[in-house]
Amino acid sequence: MARSGTAKLTTRTASVPEKIPIRLTVNGSQMELRVAPWTTLLDALRDHLDLTGTKKGCDHGQCGACTVLVDGRRINSCLTLAVMKEGAEIITIEGLARNGELHPLQQAFIDQDAFQCGYCTSGQICSAAGLLAEGKARTPNEIRELMSGNICRCGAYPNIVAAILQAMERS
Amino acid sequence: MTPFQYARANDVADAIKQIATDPSAKFIAGGTNLIDLIKYDVEEPTRLIDISHLPLRSIEQTSTGGVLIGAMVPNTDLAYHPIIEQRYPLLARAIMSGASQQLRNMASTGGNLLQRTRCFYFYDTATPCNKREPGSGCSAIDGINRINAVLGTSQACIATHPSDMCVALAALEATVHVAGPAGARTIAFADFHRLPGNTPQRDTNLEPDEIITAIELPPKGFSANYSYLKIRDRLSYAFALVSVAAALELDGDTIKEARLALGGVAHKPWRSSAAEAALLGQRAEATAFARAADWLLHGAKGYGHNDFKIGLARRAIVRTLGQAARGTPQSLSDKKIR
Ligand SMILES: Cc1cc2nc3c(=O)[nH]c(=O)nc-3n(C[C@H](O)[C@H](O)[C@H](O)COP(=O)(O)OP(=O)(O)OC[C@H]3O[C@@H](n4cnc5c(N)ncnc54)[C@H](O)[C@@H]3O)c2cc1C
Ligand code: SF4
Ligand code: FES
Ligand code: FES
Repeated sequence: MARSGTAKLTTRTASVPEKIPIRLTVNGSQMELRVAPWTTLLDALRDHLDLTGTKKGCDHGQCGACTVLVDGRRINSCLTLAVMKEGAEIITIEGLARNGELHPLQQAFIDQDAFQCGYCTSGQICSAAGLLAEGKARTPNEIRELMSGNICRCGAYPNIVAAILQAMERS
Repeated sequence: MTPFQYARANDVADAIKQIATDPSAKFIAGGTNLIDLIKYDVEEPTRLIDISHLPLRSIEQTSTGGVLIGAMVPNTDLAYHPIIEQRYPLLARAIMSGASQQLRNMASTGGNLLQRTRCFYFYDTATPCNKREPGSGCSAIDGINRINAVLGTSQACIATHPSDMCVALAALEATVHVAGPAGARTIAFADFHRLPGNTPQRDTNLEPDEIITAIELPPKGFSANYSYLKIRDRLSYAFALVSVAAALELDGDTIKEARLALGGVAHKPWRSSAAEAALLGQRAEATAFARAADWLLHGAKGYGHNDFKIGLARRAIVRTLGQAARGTPQSLSDKKIR
């Protein structure tokens, strides 16, 4: 970001921090990597582990494109530091299919035509997987409310709700 | 973004020791506010002390009939806890109306209290802002101030506190448990957040070397007659323009006790003892609610774009008190305001 006006110039005396070794279980595989303290889980997945299915939309918690499951719960990986998740179990969009078979949500998104450009889709599907695990949403209104953390710029919302309903009915 | 070091705190004592030895360090819990602000260069800590693994994750009944909530309890876990859902539904609803499920899964109870304002200029390091850079001026007073405060403002700052959870905690008269080098102490919720005055850089009365360990709820939860109404630009996943937490104790249709707090309008959740007193002994109906609204909004002042908040708040207060009195709290998923 360009800085001007009253923005202050800061001088730092602290030495550049060392990279920190961490272990993560990603989609069932043990991973060891070395990351700078400020590396987000999102950047660790995309840039260190080449798992680019998880998308960076806003990088500020405002869109949900970066949603992954950490220890079974959906979170925004862009506002999570990788070092804070040492030892955690991460599931990304790449880890949802089993034995070559699509996850019921993946199949439902195809059946219901629940995406256009597809940029928000991996976040939508991971978020929906978290929603199903929570077991709190039953009606379309409740699905809409509890999926509000995932923005779809193409406006595929009605079909996304239909896809989640389909997966709910079949699971 | 400014590079920083990272360290984990082993226990509360270790966290206090670590923060005391490094004035430019900050605690990190859920990270949902701090990492955002670091990315914008608004916060520039040289070291993050990770307190997210501290064993402050329990929700327990106290011997006096209240509930003690650990500072690391995620917002969702708190909202979905059976004690909170059944005895303190006002708190559950307020939490669930904030942010998104992903963010609520990350955000901690303590961090929610300490989230910083969403004033556009606070985030924009190219503009003056007394909260971010004391003495530089307030860009909002004569700028785009649609989201800013109408109550308790000062010449130095017209920012709001953006939390929903805190509005309910104020109405419920929670207590904040903190610990620091000088030991542990408690702070009444009303004394926790500050008005901006001449020191808008200080949001709260927590000392920089103190840590929030828990929030305590008193026994009374007002579970029969309550409502949390949040008015915002989108139906979900947006900060409040105005929000109202209302809790009543009724005897027939006569008001025996009333709690009323506003969000989105001031530097802290806004309450007024005069407004609540004006409801006592009254029949629970619109004329009494309107009088309470007048008291609560006494002295409100708009800055141009946010003038609408005063009328909006007045109507929202009357609606929310009506919902509380009827025992029909605002639904989270059906957005119609009845
Ligand atoms: C897109 C978006 C939308 C949002 N919408 C809403 C909304 O509608 N309503 C709402 O209420 N909130 C909303 N939020 C804000 C969210 O609720 C807060 O960011 C969250 O509650 C902060 O908690 P945390 O644990 O993540 O804090 P962190 O980011 O970890 O910390 C915040 C601050 O508190 C300090 N801190 C944290 N814990 C402690 C402790 N125990 N003791 C001492 N200091 C501590 C940290 O040093 C830091 O300065 C939104 C956030 C985002 C990103
Ligand atoms: S209102 Fe407060 S936070 Fe906003 S620009 Fe003015 S001083 Fe900064
Ligand atoms: S990229 Fe994380 S929420 Fe937008
Ligand atoms: S399909 Fe394009 S953003 Fe959702």
